[in-house]
Amino acid sequence: MENNNEELNSISPENTAAESANGGNFNDNLHGENLTERAKVLSPGKTVAKRFFRSKLSVIGLVMLILLFAISFIGPLFSKWSGNDGKIVDTSTTTTNGMYIELTFTGPDGETYYGYDVSFTHLDYNSLGGVSADHWMGTTIEGYDVFTRLMLGGRVSLTIGFVVVILETMLGILLGGLAGYFGKWVDQLIMRIVDIISCIPTLPIMLILAAVFQSLGIETIARLYYVFLILTLIGWGGVARLVRGQILSLREQEFMLAAKCSGLSTAKKIFKHLLPNIIPQLVVSMTLGLGSVILTEATLGYLGIGAPLGTATWGNIINLASNSRYRNYFPNLWIGAGVCITLAILAFNFVGDGLRDAFDPKMKR
Amino acid sequence: MVKYIIKRLLLALLILFSVSIILYFLVRCMPMDYFDIKFASAISSGNMSEEDVLHIKALYGLDDSSFIGILKGYWSWLSGFLRGDMGQSFIFPDRVEDVIKNKMGISFGISFVSLILELIIAIPLGIKCACNQYGKLDYTATVLCMIGMAFPSFFLGNLLIKWFAVDLGWFDPMSGLVSSNLPQDASFMARMLDMLWHLVLPLTVFVILNIGSIMRYTRTNTLEILNADYIRTARAKGLSEGKVIYKHVFRNTMIPLITMLTFTLPTLFGGAMITEEVFDLPGIGQAAYKALNEGDIPLIMGYNMFIAVLTVVGVLISDIMYAIVDPRVKLA
Repeated sequence: MENNNEELNSISPENTAAESANGGNFNDNLHGENLTERAKVLSPGKTVAKRFFRSKLSVIGLVMLILLFAISFIGPLFSKWSGNDGKIVDTSTTTTNGMYIELTFTGPDGETYYGYDVSFTHLDYNSLGGVSADHWMGTTIEGYDVFTRLMLGGRVSLTIGFVVVILETMLGILLGGLAGYFGKWVDQLIMRIVDIISCIPTLPIMLILAAVFQSLGIETIARLYYVFLILTLIGWGGVARLVRGQILSLREQEFMLAAKCSGLSTAKKIFKHLLPNIIPQLVVSMTLGLGSVILTEATLGYLGIGAPLGTATWGNIINLASNSRYRNYFPNLWIGAGVCITLAILAFNFVGDGLRDAFDPKMKR
Repeated sequence: MVKYIIKRLLLALLILFSVSIILYFLVRCMPMDYFDIKFASAISSGNMSEEDVLHIKALYGLDDSSFIGILKGYWSWLSGFLRGDMGQSFIFPDRVEDVIKNKMGISFGISFVSLILELIIAIPLGIKCACNQYGKLDYTATVLCMIGMAFPSFFLGNLLIKWFAVDLGWFDPMSGLVSSNLPQDASFMARMLDMLWHLVLPLTVFVILNIGSIMRYTRTNTLEILNADYIRTARAKGLSEGKVIYKHVFRNTMIPLITMLTFTLPTLFGGAMITEEVFDLPGIGQAAYKALNEGDIPLIMGYNMFIAVLTVVGVLISDIMYAIVDPRVKLA
């Protein structure tokens, strides 16, 4: 209820502005002032921004994103373990791993003996170290600092989505636009292709593609980008459907008739008059898409076919959870990555939802 | 209507045909070669020659990896598929169609139970949230649902295993579907209870992951319906709020919901690869994951085509259902 009042209050200045615009003309002239000086005119962009920042969830999402990006990009600068992609072995302490095997054997006297075979291995670096002031999330088995690698991993995991989403959207706009604008056989052809690719199960294809690229022997982070580039080829369908649907309805509206009458070229009609009208929906779908790319990267990493092993990405870090020893006894190694992935997806979803509500002119809030 | 369905069915055939071509070529590009891996030790020990392996591959139509060779392989796969024979699985002792049939039950059972649980919780919650828009319950439920939707399935699954099975010891940390210490002569009831005990965590994961989308979908639709003219009419003629909600709003909310549910058809029968892998459930998803890892080409093709068919059928049913449930919709 409290929130409802807040919204009512904040909307009232707009209402009074509108009222004075309609009915307050007389008064304005009395004071010898121009109407535009008194009434506050909000541009569409400003209205959207205002609506966006009014929603608590979208602001929380935005803050979460800014924090995640800042920590990932600035954080490693202050860490002494961040060189060489986080592969700096901490040799300040040594590790002794003890293990024992239970033994049962029958001696020459016929008695059964029980015993333990205890063995120690000494490592001259801090392997699988616990949480300490030096290592906020402990160290990996190789002696790398988990927290630093988590921050470095964020750089890849958070940014790889932009490449994918931008390419996907461009392909989607182009093909969906063609289908919607030209209709007839162009539309039929493109939309049947969309139907086909939407029937291909994504996860198996992802696994196949990742395995193909793994076998090509590219052992740099570029491999991950190649996989995602190919994935855009089956990811543009959703955007194309959205663009086509919008263009189909926009095409019939009066402003397009006006554009036609003024003799504009086809390209100008599409790019200057149709596309700007779809941008809101595209921005929303791109924001939500960024979250799903993070999930894809994490999934590939978890299954061990994402970025080359050893590269710091969130997917590769959470891969440790698939090892039951790490899962059961060293949660400090992978919980951080899981929380980061979840938070990033959540933040992108919050912002995307906030943008959708902010753009929607039907939302009378 | 009949004409429409026939047109759609013909289109579906075309789509499935194209999907199968794309899939077959992709699958043949896979680096994992089942026979090379299986017979590697036999070759190195001298028990088999390279020619023997090639000969075995030729039996399965997999010896030639050139374009024409793959095309030939596709043709033999397709002619088998059309006759209802999807070939012999490499990693399982059965034919592919039997593997799918046998493994589908477990996946379907789990998905179905979790779907029922999701619906029982999500629909009333969604309607309640919409009726008190921006209320405390609405905000809490929306935020919780979004958090649930944001979880990667493998992270949530491993987290739950770590907490509830390993640390607290409430469940079997070895996952799977049967306890290792279950006696051979256990009664049917004991077996069922044991299975249920193993299914608590996977079901929790499914419900947490999927409840959000259903709840939010219900909420959005209910909000739209609450603004409709006929709701105002219902209120204006003096119906009690309960009657308005349950007789007028609820029934109309079901229209889009039924359409959405048909889209879950692939996941309902096709299993969840990653969740099944995390919890070591012997469903069809895990079988497909194994097949993908070991290059079991017939099973991969069979599974993917199974999913593709389910997707096509799901979309078709949803369109038809839409017209049946809502008489205002006309199919063209």
